[in-house]
Amino acid sequence: MKLKNLIYLSFCLLFLGCTNDAEINLKPVSITFNFSHFWQSTAVTNADFNTIKFTNENGQQISIERLRYVISDIVLTHKSGQIVSLKEHNLVDVTNNQNLSFTTSKSIFPGEYTRVTFRFGFSNQDNVDGAYADLNTANFNVPSMLGGGYHYMQFDGKYLDVNSMEAPFNYHAIRAVDRADPNNPTFLDTSLVVDLGAVNVESNTQINVKMNLYEWFSNPNRWNLNLLNTVLMPNFSAQVQMSQNGANVFSLVNVTP
Amino acid sequence: MCQRFLLLWSFLLLISCSGSGVNPPEEYKPVAVNLEIPTLFSQKLIAPVIPNDNPLTQEGIALGKKLFFDKQLSKNNRQSCASCHDPKKAFTDQQQFSDGVDGTFGTRNSMPLFNLAWNFDNRFTWGGKELGLERQALEPVKNPIEMHSNWTTVANKLQQDSEYPTLFLRAFGTSKIDSASITKAIAQFERTLISGDSKFDQYLLGNAQLTPEELNGFNVFMDEARGDCFHCHGSENNPLWTDNQFHNNGLDATFKDLGLGAVTGDPNDNGKFRSPSLRNLIFTAPYMHDGRFATLEEVINHYSEGLKNSPTVDPLMKKVNQGGVQLSPKDKADLKAFLLTLTDNDFVNNPSFQN
Ligand code: HEC
Ligand code: HEC
Repeated sequence: MKLKNLIYLSFCLLFLGCTNDAEINLKPVSITFNFSHFWQSTAVTNADFNTIKFTNENGQQISIERLRYVISDIVLTHKSGQIVSLKEHNLVDVTNNQNLSFTTSKSIFPGEYTRVTFRFGFSNQDNVDGAYADLNTANFNVPSMLGGGYHYMQFDGKYLDVNSMEAPFNYHAIRAVDRADPNNPTFLDTSLVVDLGAVNVESNTQINVKMNLYEWFSNPNRWNLNLLNTVLMPNFSAQVQMSQNGANVFSLVNVTP
Repeated sequence: MCQRFLLLWSFLLLISCSGSGVNPPEEYKPVAVNLEIPTLFSQKLIAPVIPNDNPLTQEGIALGKKLFFDKQLSKNNRQSCASCHDPKKAFTDQQQFSDGVDGTFGTRNSMPLFNLAWNFDNRFTWGGKELGLERQALEPVKNPIEMHSNWTTVANKLQQDSEYPTLFLRAFGTSKIDSASITKAIAQFERTLISGDSKFDQYLLGNAQLTPEELNGFNVFMDEARGDCFHCHGSENNPLWTDNQFHNNGLDATFKDLGLGAVTGDPNDNGKFRSPSLRNLIFTAPYMHDGRFATLEEVINHYSEGLKNSPTVDPLMKKVNQGGVQLSPKDKADLKAFLLTLTDNDFVNNPSFQN
C-alpha cells in the first residue's frame, strides 16, 4: 500500500521535472473582461447616478438611473487561423455594480490571437426567447410581440425637457423590429461586434474595455431626447440609430498583464 | 492501521453494549427534502437559494409549520405568524394594516408569502430591511406592534412544552431550543410555500385557453406603448411575476414612509419599495406597501392616470408628467382580467400549508 503510493509519487515528480515551461503554459486558461464606464473622459460609476450632471451632444442635461447591458459571443482568432468561439454571455449591471468583471467559464489555449471580438447584445442566432435562466431571472426579456429574446441594454434616466422639467428616458436597445405589418414583422440584427484587435493571451489575461456613454447620444445621430425618450423598443428607426451610435461606444483600454 | 483497527473494535464493542441502558445519545438523521419546483420555474429561472447552514428536511419543515401556526410565539399566546399570514389568503391578511397582540396597528400592509426562495438578493419586507428569511423571522416575535414577546421567553415556553424538545432534537440534533433553531425551522417551512399553478401557467404549458379579454390584457401588460408592466413585474419568461427589485412607482410626491431609503440611508432610495409578485392578487387586497388601494381597479387607475412625480420616481414610470399611461376603459378591464389569470387556487387550498 504505502510502497505503491511512493512509487506513484515519484513517477509524478519525475514527470513534473521533465515538463518545460512551454508545456505548462499550454494549460487552457480563462480570460477576464473588465468593463469601465465614461462620459467622455470622466469616469462614471453608480455613485454618479440619480443626479442631473451630464450634458449630451444635443446640449441636454441628463441623469443616469439604471444601466445594464449584455455582452456575448466572444470570438478569438489564433495566429494559426484557428477560430475559437465562446458561447457565453454576461449581464453588466452598473446600477448594482455587479458583473463589471467577467471571467469566461470556458477556457482557451494561451497564445497570440490576431483578433478578439465580443458582441454588444445577442446575434439573432443567440437571441433565443427565454433561453437564458440568469437573464429571465433578471427580468431582461423582450416581449414576444416584439420578437422576444432579450434586451441588449437598458439605459434609463431623466433629462430636462423644454420646460426644464425632469422627464424620463428609457434608452432600451433591442433587435430592431418593423411591425408596419403586424402579421409579418421584419427583424434587423442591431447587435454590435466590438473588435478589440490583437491580444496575447496568457495565464491571467485581463482585457480592460471602456464604454463611453456620451457616444450613445452623439455620433452619427445627434440624439434629441425631446423627440426620442421613451417607447423606443417598438421604434425601428430609433433602434437602427442606437446601433449606429453604438459603433464607437466601446474601446480597448489595455490588456494586462 | 493496527491502531485504527483497535479503535474500530472498541467502538463496535461500545455499540454492542449500548442496548443495556448506558446509551450514548442516539443520532437521528432528519430526512433531506428537495423542493418541488414547478416546471416553468425550472425551465426559466435559476435555482432557488437554500442556505448551506439550513438544508431542508422533513422534520425541519414540519416543525417550522407547527411554529408558524403556534400562538405561543406571542406575548399573550393570542397571535401566531398565521394571524397576519393566513394560508387561505395567500399568507397575507385582508386588512390595510395588521393589529399586533396589543391591538396597535403597524404602518405596512402584511405581505403574501410564496416563492420566497427565489428572492435572490435575499432582501425581505417592503423596504428590504431584513436580510434572509432566518433573520426576518427573528423580527415579528419581538416587534412591539406585532407579537411583542422576547426570544428568551418564547424559547423557555417551547422548552417546557411536551412535544417541542423531541421535535427539535429530531430536526436539529439537539433538544435545546433557541431563537436560531426556531427561525431556521420557520424559514424551512416558508421556503416550501411555492405558488406556480395558475390558469396562466396552464396556458403556457398548453393545458388551458385564455379568453380574448385575458389575452388582450396580457398584451397591455407587455406592450411598452400601453401598460408596460413587464419591465418590473415579470413576464411569461419570468414566472415569479416580480423582479424583486426596489422602485418608486409614483405613489406619492412626498414620503411618509421612506422604504428602502430608511434602510440604506441614501436619499436616492427614498420612496422605493420592493415590487410585489402579481400572483394571487385576488387574495391579497388591499394593495401597495400601505394597503392604500382596496381594489385592482384603483391600482390600474393609479398607473393609468394617478402617478405622482418625485425626485426618485422610476424612469420606467415614463408618462409620469402626464399622470400615467392613459389606458382605455377596455384595456383597463382586460388588464385586470389578465392579472386574475395569475390566481393559484391550489396554493391557497394546499393541505400541506394549512394548520
Ligand atoms: C401583526 C402582523 C404580523 C405578524 C404576527 C407577522 N407578520 Fe410577517 N409581515 C407583516 C407585515 C406588516 C409585513 C411587512 C413588513 C414591512 O414591510 O416592514 C410582514 C412581512 C413578512 C415577511 C417578508 C416577506 C417578503 O416577501 O419580503 C416574512 C417572510 C414574514 N412577514 C414572515 C413572518 C413570520 C415567520 C412571522 C411569525 C414569526 C410573522 N411574519 C408574523 C405582518 C405580520
Ligand atoms: C417601475 C417598476 C414598476 C412598473 C413599471 C409597474 N409596477 Fe406595479 N409595482 C411596483 C412596485 C415597486 C410596487 C409596490 C409599491 C409600493 O407598495 O410602494 C408595485 C405594486 C403593484 C401592485 C400591488 C400588488 C400588491 O400586492 O400590493 C399591483 C397590482 C401592480 N403593481 C400592478 C402593476 C401593473 C398592472 C403595471 C402596469 C400598468 C405595473 N404594476 C407597473 C413597480 C412597478
